[in-house]
Amino acid sequence: MRREIPLAITIFVGFLLIFSVFFPPVEDLGENFSLFFDIIAVFAFFLGGGNLVRIHGKKLLKRKPDWAFSIVTLVGFFLMLAAGLFKIGNPGDISSNVTAEGSLFAIMYDNIFKPLGATMYALLAFFVASASYRAFRAKNREATILLSAAFVILLGSTPLGALLTSWMPDSLSILEIPNLAVWILSSPNLAGQRAIIIGIGLGVVSMSLRLILGVERSYLGDEGA
Amino acid sequence: MRYRPILLFLLILLCFTTALGQEPTDETEGPPDTVVVDSSLLPAPVTNLQARDTEDDNGHSVTLTWDVSTDDGSGRDDVYMYMIYRSMSPEGPFDSVGVAMKGATEHVNSSSKDRAQPDFMPDHTDYYYQVGAVTVGGLITRSDVAGPVQSYGQFFNMGRIPVFVFVVVFCALVVFFVASARKGADLYVRPLAGIEAVDDAIGRATEMGRPILYVLGLGTAEMVATIASFTILGRVAKRVAEYQTKLIVPCYESIVMAVAQEVVKSAYADAGRPDDYDEDSVFFVTSLQFAYVAAVNGIMLRELPATNVYMGKFFAESLLLAETGSIAGSIQIAGTDEIAQIPFFIVACDYTLIGEELYAASAYLGREPILLGSLKAQDLAKAAVVIIALAGLIATTFGWPGFAEALHVEN
Repeated sequence: MRREIPLAITIFVGFLLIFSVFFPPVEDLGENFSLFFDIIAVFAFFLGGGNLVRIHGKKLLKRKPDWAFSIVTLVGFFLMLAAGLFKIGNPGDISSNVTAEGSLFAIMYDNIFKPLGATMYALLAFFVASASYRAFRAKNREATILLSAAFVILLGSTPLGALLTSWMPDSLSILEIPNLAVWILSSPNLAGQRAIIIGIGLGVVSMSLRLILGVERSYLGDEGA
Repeated sequence: MRYRPILLFLLILLCFTTALGQEPTDETEGPPDTVVVDSSLLPAPVTNLQARDTEDDNGHSVTLTWDVSTDDGSGRDDVYMYMIYRSMSPEGPFDSVGVAMKGATEHVNSSSKDRAQPDFMPDHTDYYYQVGAVTVGGLITRSDVAGPVQSYGQFFNMGRIPVFVFVVVFCALVVFFVASARKGADLYVRPLAGIEAVDDAIGRATEMGRPILYVLGLGTAEMVATIASFTILGRVAKRVAEYQTKLIVPCYESIVMAVAQEVVKSAYADAGRPDDYDEDSVFFVTSLQFAYVAAVNGIMLRELPATNVYMGKFFAESLLLAETGSIAGSIQIAGTDEIAQIPFFIVACDYTLIGEELYAASAYLGREPILLGSLKAQDLAKAAVVIIALAGLIATTFGWPGFAEALHVEN
């Protein structure tokens, strides 16, 4: 029964949601089921928080390697939780907005969390450079084509690209670097993307059918089939 | 007679306050006494106003079509929007129920389906509509009244017949190939380099004595990509259990964590090593994108996993994770259906499952005939899509629009 009941729910809800796409009288079901999921997800927050405290608490108590990081995690977790729950430093009473200006929660969010998040995001620029360096080495024919296309697009996005080929006559304007860059993005690139998108669509339908028909059951912790 | 000045004063005051209380000039209601409007300044009304029930919906909606005012895009060209009015009687009063932009020739007047809402519009009730052409100066000319019209729901969405046919055919293909596989038919499926590398990667981790890091992405548990990732995690965890390697699964979402824990636990049980399952191997990190990246990158640099597997939904963090893994010297296998992130994984990882290969991977990993049957149907459907696309290309090139129209999907 541990497997059969979730499977029966999956099959019932799956077919119901397929019908909701084609039969207008039940079209609102999709939205309603999303709401059910959101309600369940709220309770799962406790699950996540509990797991975090348990894992790091255990690490701390048993003095496992890097246990000092767990202190930072737990202090940050409980401090933020207390600031939000008890509205520490809020200008108004307990009914005021948790993110009100001047509250400890807002101060920590704006001055600690946001700069740290922005720092992580900013690393992307450096990683893009290092990944591009590795990807754009002309090791074989495919890599050389990739390198050439990337070079044209990079150059086409700069004023230099327009300047280099601005002398071309109107009849050859397609060969101007900015136009060439636009053509690469809007023709071969878009065609490739659409092919992948069609494949993804079919994959989603196939995967969904496997789930709805009960062929694929590993998400239930069952090897399936 | 001595009250005559007072009466005169009151009369003037009444006229003045009446004039102040008037709505903006509107031809159908007649100009107010004190405002003189040159009728030549009023815009031409829209013509040929038609109202009909909106097709293929669940009711509570009426579609209006009209020919634009001759002062919209031509003539004085001073019309900048259209006001939509609705009434339950042809004589009015008409209430404003929406606006349409300049140049528009259609408006769908949809209402709430909830009786408690103020904009609820019951079905099977007569409604009358007018469309007012509005100039930049606020002058409005209303059209003739259209109606009566009633909204009502349809049982089947006829605009989606091509999709319905495709779903039925595809379901039939899946069922056919699964049945064939059950009977023992030998099904060939294309090889997936990324998936074939999983076993080698787990073996490498075992030899090096380092863990395997499995990242489920930032998707929630109801996303198909995340569900596909669960199935791959199950297969990977089973191999990990067999090889007795350490597995680390940091999770971005609580529900994902709960499901992943169950999947890994069951995989260990299936491998005959339930006691080896470490309940701390699958854990929750945070539901904040860059905080999650920081935590996972930290794990990569401290634990130095031999293999990193990224399967599921990824966004801006894809390159941050994959580049850090590359720096840590890990073999990396990735798969996502987020089209914008695929190039990042391709450049930073050793193997990448592109798009639908993510969904095929679970079936391919298991090598179970029934799952391979669905994969075969998927490949056949892809071939059918290619043939239909080519046929559409030829038909459109030679001026046969019927082919594309037959496959057109409404709303």
